[in-house]
Amino acid sequence: MTTSQSQPAVEIRDLHKSFGPLEVLKGIDFEVGHGEVVCVIGPSGSGKSTLLRCVNLLEEPTAGKIWVNGTEMTDPDVEIDAVRRGIGMVFQSFNLFPHLTVLDNLTIAQRRVLRRGRAEAERIARDNLDRVGLTDKAGAYPAQLSGGQQQRAAIARSLSMDPKLMLFDEPTSALDPELVGDVLTVMRKLAEDGMTMMVVTHEMAFARDVADRVVFMDGGVVVEQGPPEEVLGSPRHERTRSFLSRVLDPTHVAQLGRPDEAAEPPEAPGLPADDRHQL
Amino acid sequence: MKLRRRQRERLSLWLQYLAFVAVIAVVIVAADWGRLREAFFRVDIIESMFPTIITVALRNTILYTLGAFAFGLIFGTVLALMRLSRVAPYRWVATAYIELFRGLPALLVLFLVGYGIPIAFPEREIPGGVFGSITIGLGLTAAAYMAETIRAGIQAVPKGQMEAARTLGMSHFTAMRTIVIPQAFRIVIPPLTNELILLTKDSSLAYVLGVTAQTIEVTKFGRDTLNDRVNATPLLVAGLTYLVITLPLSQVVRRLELRYAKAR
Repeated sequence: MTTSQSQPAVEIRDLHKSFGPLEVLKGIDFEVGHGEVVCVIGPSGSGKSTLLRCVNLLEEPTAGKIWVNGTEMTDPDVEIDAVRRGIGMVFQSFNLFPHLTVLDNLTIAQRRVLRRGRAEAERIARDNLDRVGLTDKAGAYPAQLSGGQQQRAAIARSLSMDPKLMLFDEPTSALDPELVGDVLTVMRKLAEDGMTMMVVTHEMAFARDVADRVVFMDGGVVVEQGPPEEVLGSPRHERTRSFLSRVLDPTHVAQLGRPDEAAEPPEAPGLPADDRHQL
Repeated sequence: MKLRRRQRERLSLWLQYLAFVAVIAVVIVAADWGRLREAFFRVDIIESMFPTIITVALRNTILYTLGAFAFGLIFGTVLALMRLSRVAPYRWVATAYIELFRGLPALLVLFLVGYGIPIAFPEREIPGGVFGSITIGLGLTAAAYMAETIRAGIQAVPKGQMEAARTLGMSHFTAMRTIVIPQAFRIVIPPLTNELILLTKDSSLAYVLGVTAQTIEVTKFGRDTLNDRVNATPLLVAGLTYLVITLPLSQVVRRLELRYAKAR
């Protein structure tokens, strides 16, 4: 795979995606640099998960072009299985293979896809289990793990393939609140190690602390993007302000009324600087 | 006088026990045990059936069942994958086959295989004789039933499993073989057990192929002995022999399900 540093890790040009008559993505232009951590936020139905799933072609774009590490994903002749090896993906519902032990979950693709021998695959798997703090769970089945442990095992499974890019699709949305922190800690460590990451999330504290850039999507377009302190701290667009106030202060949404009617929100709903409860 | 709730419940329970005991008592008192024993439980006849009923008849019943089950399982899996295929003609063929063979009596299919194939290909023989014919004859029908079961099992595996496997770089085929189908089979163990038990009993249809002393199975053996001795005892023995297969089978499958329960 070509990984020339001159090209961004992910480049998206004029991406459109429709499901039947419903247009979910309405022309997205977007880049992720090498080693960059980008958090995509936005209300449900804004198309952020679809955008993420288009990057590794789990969804086929209706129009537009996508490059990952210089390979055009939207080329009809692309060797999709080969390119996907370099792109890790973590799902909201974990999607561990329930009929395999944790160790086998981490080795099966290494062995079947990368053709690594058993010993090497298991060594890499155990290294990655160490990384996510699941050293002692290698022999367990997924059903015997908590949600947070399952998600960390899923992250380790992706890492075992040595990806250049990691996609996270709402990785903590299915977790009990007290388990969210463990997963976010693993993701933060990954970011600090220099992994290129694209994270669809509702964890605003994570976005502010870990992301290099925050992208706010609504209605199938990118409304605004920039450093987290700008987008989350002093958003320029009314739609961003409205969304943030709903997420950060949900009990007072009713007082705001409909976003397009509220000319002046009562308070600047930016993220308070000391709101660091999750990490 | 009005009964309290607990009294009413206790009374109802006692009445149900009473009815149960009454029915059994009537059967015991009314039946003519002497004649029953004479017709169904002649010890000398039972003794005369051993050991052949085990060494030949039971052995053949098990062989025929396993043969037909293996054939049905493999062919049924192929049919299930064809029904889920992106190639439209595969779907049409599989659907037509399943609809046709589910509608035909197993006896008829066995006749067609046993007598039709030798007519169609006079030079060739079905390998394995009676065993081969019954494997194919019953397997063709079993495959149609199993195909639908297996298809449902494959579709019951969450979509995310295939997505996760593809995301790791597996091809569609590898993902199907290593991730989806193993999970599908765990899901369909109970209905496939049903099919295996049905096949155990359907193996008694082997008689239409004209079995010999070597290829006889349990039911035919029971009927032959019945004709010889003009006594119904062999039927009882044959019936109990089937339970020797099906009862342990249920146990094994229950164990299997328990073992897989933690890996689901």
